[in-house]
Order: sequence, then C-alpha cells, then structure tokens
Amino acid sequence: MSTTLTRPSSTASEADVASTGSKLTRVLGIASLVGLAVLLLLAFVFTEPDQRVFDRGLDLDPLLTGQGDAVRLLYVHFPVAMVTYTAFSLNAIGSIAVLWKKSMWWDNTAAAAAEVGVLFCGLTLATGSIWGRPIWNTWWKWGDVRLMTTTILFLIFVGYLAYRRTMTDSQVRAKRSAVVGLIGAINIPIVYKSVDWWQNRTLHQQSTLRDRAIEDLTLFSMIFGMVVFLVIFAWLMVHRFRIGWLEHQIETVGLEAAIAERRAQTSAAVEDAVTDSRASAGSGPPPKTGMN
Amino acid sequence: MEYAVEVHDAVVLLDRFPALAGLSLRLRTGSVTLVQGPNGAGKTTLLRMLAGLAPLERGSAIVLGNDVVTQQRQVRASVGLLSPQTMLYDDLTIAENLSFWTTLAGYGDVDMGAALERVSMAPFADQQVVTLSTGQRRRAAIAVVAIRRPRLWLLDEPHAGLDQAGRDIVDGLIADAVAAGATVVVASHELDRVRPLATHVATVAGGVVHAFETVGDPGLTADDDAAGGADSA
Amino acid sequence: MVATQILPFAMVILILFGLALDADSRTLRDLAPGLFWVATLFASVLAIQRSVAVETVSSTFEALRLSGAPAWKLFAGKALAVALQLLAIEAVLALGIIVLYRSSFEDPVLVVTAALAATVAIASAGSLYGVLAVGMGVRDTILPMLLLPIMMPVLVGATRAFGDGLGTAALDGWTWTGLLALLAVIYATVGALAYAVVIEDT
Repeated sequence: MSTTLTRPSSTASEADVASTGSKLTRVLGIASLVGLAVLLLLAFVFTEPDQRVFDRGLDLDPLLTGQGDAVRLLYVHFPVAMVTYTAFSLNAIGSIAVLWKKSMWWDNTAAAAAEVGVLFCGLTLATGSIWGRPIWNTWWKWGDVRLMTTTILFLIFVGYLAYRRTMTDSQVRAKRSAVVGLIGAINIPIVYKSVDWWQNRTLHQQSTLRDRAIEDLTLFSMIFGMVVFLVIFAWLMVHRFRIGWLEHQIETVGLEAAIAERRAQTSAAVEDAVTDSRASAGSGPPPKTGMN
Repeated sequence: MEYAVEVHDAVVLLDRFPALAGLSLRLRTGSVTLVQGPNGAGKTTLLRMLAGLAPLERGSAIVLGNDVVTQQRQVRASVGLLSPQTMLYDDLTIAENLSFWTTLAGYGDVDMGAALERVSMAPFADQQVVTLSTGQRRRAAIAVVAIRRPRLWLLDEPHAGLDQAGRDIVDGLIADAVAAGATVVVASHELDRVRPLATHVATVAGGVVHAFETVGDPGLTADDDAAGGADSA
Repeated sequence: MVATQILPFAMVILILFGLALDADSRTLRDLAPGLFWVATLFASVLAIQRSVAVETVSSTFEALRLSGAPAWKLFAGKALAVALQLLAIEAVLALGIIVLYRSSFEDPVLVVTAALAATVAIASAGSLYGVLAVGMGVRDTILPMLLLPIMMPVLVGATRAFGDGLGTAALDGWTWTGLLALLAVIYATVGALAYAVVIEDT
C-alpha cells in the first residue's frame, strides 16, 4: 500500500522533529489542564448536591430521593462515557477506511483511538462503580444495560489491542485488526439489545439533560465537562497518533536500510555459489546499493 | 506469451526482513530455469512469490499473464508449487488427498490412477499419508501437483529426500512438463543433477539475481537478453 | 479425536460445576441452561483451535490458498466442520444435563432450533477468528480473548432460550431464538466476506 507520508501539521522546528509536541498540543494541553481544574471546582465545590425530596405529606418526614453528593461524580462519569463511545466510533470508521481505502493513516488513527478508548472505558467503569456504590448499594449490577455493554466493549477492545501486538507486518496488522475492530463495533448494538431484553430495565438514570428540574449551574457543569473531556481526548489523540506515525516512518526508513544491507551481504556468498556452478560467464560486479 | 514470468524490482518482506530486495527476472515460456544460490538467498521466497503466496511490498510480477498483486487467485490456480512441506493431510489417504485437492481446485474428472502410476505410488493409494516415508510423501505430493497440469512449475528442492528411483521420477516430470509446453523453475542445490536439464541458470543471493545465463539447449533463442542479469539501478 | 478429547472435556466441565456449586438438584436444574452453554463455548474454543492447527502441520493452509478456491468456500468448509463437531458435543452434553442436573426437555423443538442457530453463530465467528489468530504463526492463545466477548449475546440468547425450553424460566424462548438466528446469519455472512482478507495475505 502506498500512502502519502504527510507530516502531521506542526509548526515545530527541525529540532523538534523527534517529539510529538507542537503548538497545537501545547494549546490543547493547557486548555485541558485548566478546563479540568475548573470542572473539578464546579463539580465538587460550586454545585449543590442533589437534595431532591419527595414530600409524603401529612406529618411524615420528606423522603430523600436525590443522590446527595454522589451526583458530583456524574460530572466526570458522563463526559468520560461520551468520550469512550466517541473513541470507539472513530475506531470503527478507521477500520472501514482501512478495509476500503487501504489507508495506513486511518489504521494509525484507529489504533490510537482504540488505546485512548480503552483508557476512557476503564475510567467510565471505575467512576460508574464508585457512583453506583452509594446509589445502588453495590459496586456491580448484573443486568444493567449500559454497564454490561460497556464492560463487553472494554473486553473487546482490550482484545483488539492485544491482537495488534501479535503482528509485526504493518499491512497485515492493519487489515486484520480492522476486521476485529469492525466486528467488535457491530456487536455493540447487539449486546445492548440483548441485555436490554434480558433485564428489561436499567438502574441507570434516564437522560439527565432532558430533566427540567436541573438548575442552570448543574446543566452548565455537565456541558462544560463534556467539552473539557473532548479537549482532553483530542490532546491525547494527537500525541498518540503522532507516536504511531513516527513509528510508521521509522519502519519505512528502516526498510530502505534493510534492503540495502540485504543486497550487500552477498559478495562472499555469491562467489562461492558461482564457483560451485561451472559458470564460465562470471557473475556481474557486486550490485550497487542504490534503489531505482 | 513470450515470457511466462516477468519480475521487476520485487521486494518481499518476511516479518520486516527483505527476503527479496529488488529482484528482477524474466523467464521465457517453455524454459527450464535452475535457481541456485546459498542458503538464505531468497530462492524459496522467490518461488512463493511467483506462486502468489508471498505479497509484494514493492515492484511488480506478472506470472502467466496475471499480475500477482491484483490477480492473485488466477496466479495461484495456474501454477504448481512443490515445496519441502508435503501440503497433504496426514490423516487422509493419498487417494482422499488427491480427490480433495482436485475437487477444491475445481477439476472435475481427473485420472487419479494414471497420476499415481506416474510416480509409482499406485499400490499406496489407500494408505494414510502419516504412515508413509518422506520419499513416498514427496512422490504423493508430486502427484497432487502434476494432476493439475500447471503451466508454470515451481519446484523447491524437488530431489531432496528421494532415492534414486524418486529422483528419476522428478527428472521425468520436468521432461514431461517441458514436452507439454509448460515453464519450469527449479530451486536446487543439486546442481549436477539439474543443470543438464536446464535451459537457463539464475544465481540468487542477497535477495536479488546476480547472474542469469543460458545453458544447454541452443533451441531456445540465443539472444536471450540478460534481462534477469545483474540488477541495474 | 473429538470423541476422545473434546467431548470428555465438556463432560468434565459439567461435573466440575456440579461439584463446585455444591447445590441441591433444584438449583442445578435451574442452572443447567447456563452451564450447558458455558461448557459448549469452552469446547468450541478447543474445537476451533484444533481445526486451525490441522492446517499448519503440513502447510496445508498454504495449499488451501494455492488451490485458487474462493475464500467463502474455504470458510464454509471450516465452519461446517466445526458446527458438526459442536452439535455432536451438544448432543452428549444434553444427555449430561439430563443425567447430572435432572433437566427435562419440555419443548424439544425450541431447544433444538435454538441450539442449531447458536451453533452456526459460534462456528462461523469462531472459524473466522480462528484463522485470524493463526495466519502469521501467531500463537492461538489469543483466540479465546477475541472470541468469547463477542459471543456474549449468543450466550445470553441461548441460555434464555434453553431456559424456556427446559422449563426452568418463564420467558419467551422463541424471541431469543430469533436473535440467535439473526446472529447466525450475521456471522456466517461476515465470516465468508472477511475470510478473504486472511486468505489473500500470508
């Protein structure tokens, strides 16, 4: 497969060529850090805990139906889950592109997306579990649709990453992992539906954004959180992609050297072979190492 | 078709190692080419590439008019590769193997009896491959390849492990192939045995062809250009 | 070889579960559908590994590629072979759960249909992953890691269908069988198409 070896967009000077940093990543990185700090402040300091109550009337005490302080975790859990699905969708698109257009650029993107996705998927499961403990009274709930789907997703993509590591030929690896990635992706709705039918219920909240009872600050924090994590995602993706791309370039360069070395390795060997066969016409001079 | 095989600057990687490092070669239809060279030179990889089994990283190769990159299936279906591995199922008998491989390749009516006779394996037709000796397995493998009447024969060390009778069978096979107008490529260390049968000799080392010469039968055109000669940049 | 190695393995799983769970027969009966399919899935991993390994012994995989046969035919052959082996194993496991777990086949038509659909799905997906996991001399230990997570819907569906068919759960087994049939079609199609990816390269 031939690919255009376009440099990742960068205003870095020649001296920076071995690093994946650039003006873009610096901007993204700072935005991430600042945004994360602000988000955490919003989530853990400025917003109110969920103190909704259910008035039972008469002289019974109101029932605490809200989540209390646990709701703060949602400001992280929800965006992190969104990023997970974004990452794996990107992997699916990349896999299709690899199989259809045979593009190594997309293979690199798919691989980067899978790695970042697995990271965020793990975070989703972790934050979800921590949130769930006080709310559901358990770390794990079998039959919760989103939990089951996310867990299977996690396993599928951990397997995908492990599979990629078993292959060294980059083109074979690209095509085969694209198949694995795609099958993983098409499984998601299937898994979701089957668990949904299985349990026919979910302990997950319904979409919070549609709940009119959310105040302004809560809503703002939610949306802000999504933006911050998308920025973090972009930042990680750019770095990871560039690492992969540099590896790809090293491989290409290394190939040239290997070919040259291979062609040059033969002088003594050739002479032996030629004197063995009773060739009267001598062999040509040792080949030049230049490629056409 | 004048040239059964046309290879230009082929690079074939085996796990990032360039087994073929820019190899060029042209073989006339009907020729018998001995491919010689030290171990690790790339002879086996060359044959596999011509069979359409080893993908080209760079360069091009046209085998029997088919491009190995875009027309892999046609290439594979038209060549006969005899490799050091038997490529037979151990648990099946020779007859079952023959039947399986010919049916899979889409050949309807084949004369299995004649094919086995040719390699003197008829008495063993109903024996499981695993019970046979190396030489016998090789002969059975030859029968499986021969029955398809390929236009291009790729023989990788065909004499290895065979007794005198077996070796004569291989030589006869090459003669039959030539008589039928097919092209033969033999990678071998048994230069004394194969050279007399050959029309050309290619010396391969370091993943490229170092020398290409015409020998033997002057029936083939004498102006055989050194197309497969020492690589030029 | 199926009879002497894989079958006993599947039976051993059933017995081990019985021992480990230390449950009364009532519970084992309820658990039977799940245990049956877990045992089947483990056995399928073995069967697929064997089916792929047989091609690496004498380079017959190369010969298959050389034959010029279209990839989907090769896939169909492999998947069918695995499916038949699995059906044989399942038949014996069925006897196993009757004897060991006191299962009773209240709706044999449902049970058989569900088993057929699930088996096709497992054999198809497994054959594809099997060849993906081997082609380059990759150690096939990656096979269970790749195959089992995506078999999860098959496991859920087959267990529920069996639950209905064996009378241990009040659900609609036929809906689940429908899902299994859909998965069977999906994996048979995907397998046939994707097999070419592997056959083309090394």
